[in-house]
Amino acid sequence: MAADRAFQGRPRQVDDRVPPGQYITDDFPVLTAGPTVDISASEWELTVTDGLTSKTYNWAALNALEMTELTTDIHCVTHWTKLNTTWEGVAITTLFDDAGIGDFDFALVSSYGDYTTNLPTIDLTEHDAMIAVRFDGAEIEAEHGGPARLLVPHLYMWKSAKWVREIQLSDQEDQGFWEAAGYHNYGDPWSEQRYYSD
Amino acid sequence: MTNLDTPPPRPVATRTVRRALSWRHATLADTIAETDTARTLIFDIPDWDGHIAGQHLDVRLTAPDDYQATRSYSLSSGPSEQPQITVERVTDGEVSPYLVDMIEPGDAIEIRGPIGGYFVWEPIRGNPLLIGGGSGIAPLRSIWRAETGTRAIVLYSAQTAERILFGDELAAGTEVDARIHLTRATHPDYESGRIGADDLQRVIESAPPDVTYVCGPTAFVEGIASYLVNLNIDPRTILTERFG
Repeated sequence: MAADRAFQGRPRQVDDRVPPGQYITDDFPVLTAGPTVDISASEWELTVTDGLTSKTYNWAALNALEMTELTTDIHCVTHWTKLNTTWEGVAITTLFDDAGIGDFDFALVSSYGDYTTNLPTIDLTEHDAMIAVRFDGAEIEAEHGGPARLLVPHLYMWKSAKWVREIQLSDQEDQGFWEAAGYHNYGDPWSEQRYYSD
Repeated sequence: MTNLDTPPPRPVATRTVRRALSWRHATLADTIAETDTARTLIFDIPDWDGHIAGQHLDVRLTAPDDYQATRSYSLSSGPSEQPQITVERVTDGEVSPYLVDMIEPGDAIEIRGPIGGYFVWEPIRGNPLLIGGGSGIAPLRSIWRAETGTRAIVLYSAQTAERILFGDELAAGTEVDARIHLTRATHPDYESGRIGADDLQRVIESAPPDVTYVCGPTAFVEGIASYLVNLNIDPRTILTERFG
């Protein structure tokens, strides 16, 4: 539409790392559907399953796997983007290889506290996805999903489930929490896939 | 860890047929100066067919060089009222100063919505408890205007008496039973200091809620939600919206 009278906006951030409709923040806002979940590393477990083969990791077992470090930008559907965040964790490819689970098209990720999100398995295995256990050199704070969260940096952050508890692979697609509540099924920031009809 | 025999508040089916969420031209119909730093904007939106209490709008502004900025604002109107948002000016903000200080009735503005199926109230959710910090009171007004069938209890934390939004409506008390806390001032009509675990316990014991809505700055929501969990409120019945 025509310009809004007298709206100038901030100085332009000419940065090809900022997807459309996003603005850069130096903070790390907290977005959670409900209270922060209080789960200690000693109670925490992660199960990876395809319905036939499954493997459950406790904190020590997860940390015994090969760790990877990643510096990446993250994008929240509520319009903020945070550049150059650094994460350490276990790449999903490493985890799936270790668990020996089969090749299925869809993943449903569940959290402590009953949160769920869905995504194609290929978005876990052919991008930079990991089970993250450290953020910017320190343990991940509970409000940001510690002790362990999924990180899928190329999709909006609601896919990066906090307090991750299970990854279930299937040949059928089930919708997760926000996906069932009117958000986009896939959530690509570069295509601005915020809501179901985008 | 939690009481597992209460079903979680699953997202509700908001419409049997979902309309495409496309950008629309709204016209600013009227404004209400709520405080020195907050203004309510009432819109005329073509083909608006109501919303569910708690939903939000996305607002998009366009500069002369086609640069655009988009933000989300909770609707503060009840489901059957003309759509409105209530905006608090954020220091150094990009969009809120324009909405609070510059846009005038008759101006066009791009919006889309209503949006959201989580932080919403419908009769199936039962008796709500509403807890707001600062401008986090805005979506809660939408809920208490939704004819909940009871006088909704509202716990509201504001910095000073001058910063209270919807003060007359809260004081009138026809739709709400409000307890207002001031965190940076004292005033004979209001409680002094933050909302504490004991305040929450008294409210919960006198009128156990089916569902609790908490909206405000992150630190406020984190604190209140953790008190509620410690008071054995099922976390799945605590719906939160954080900002800042």
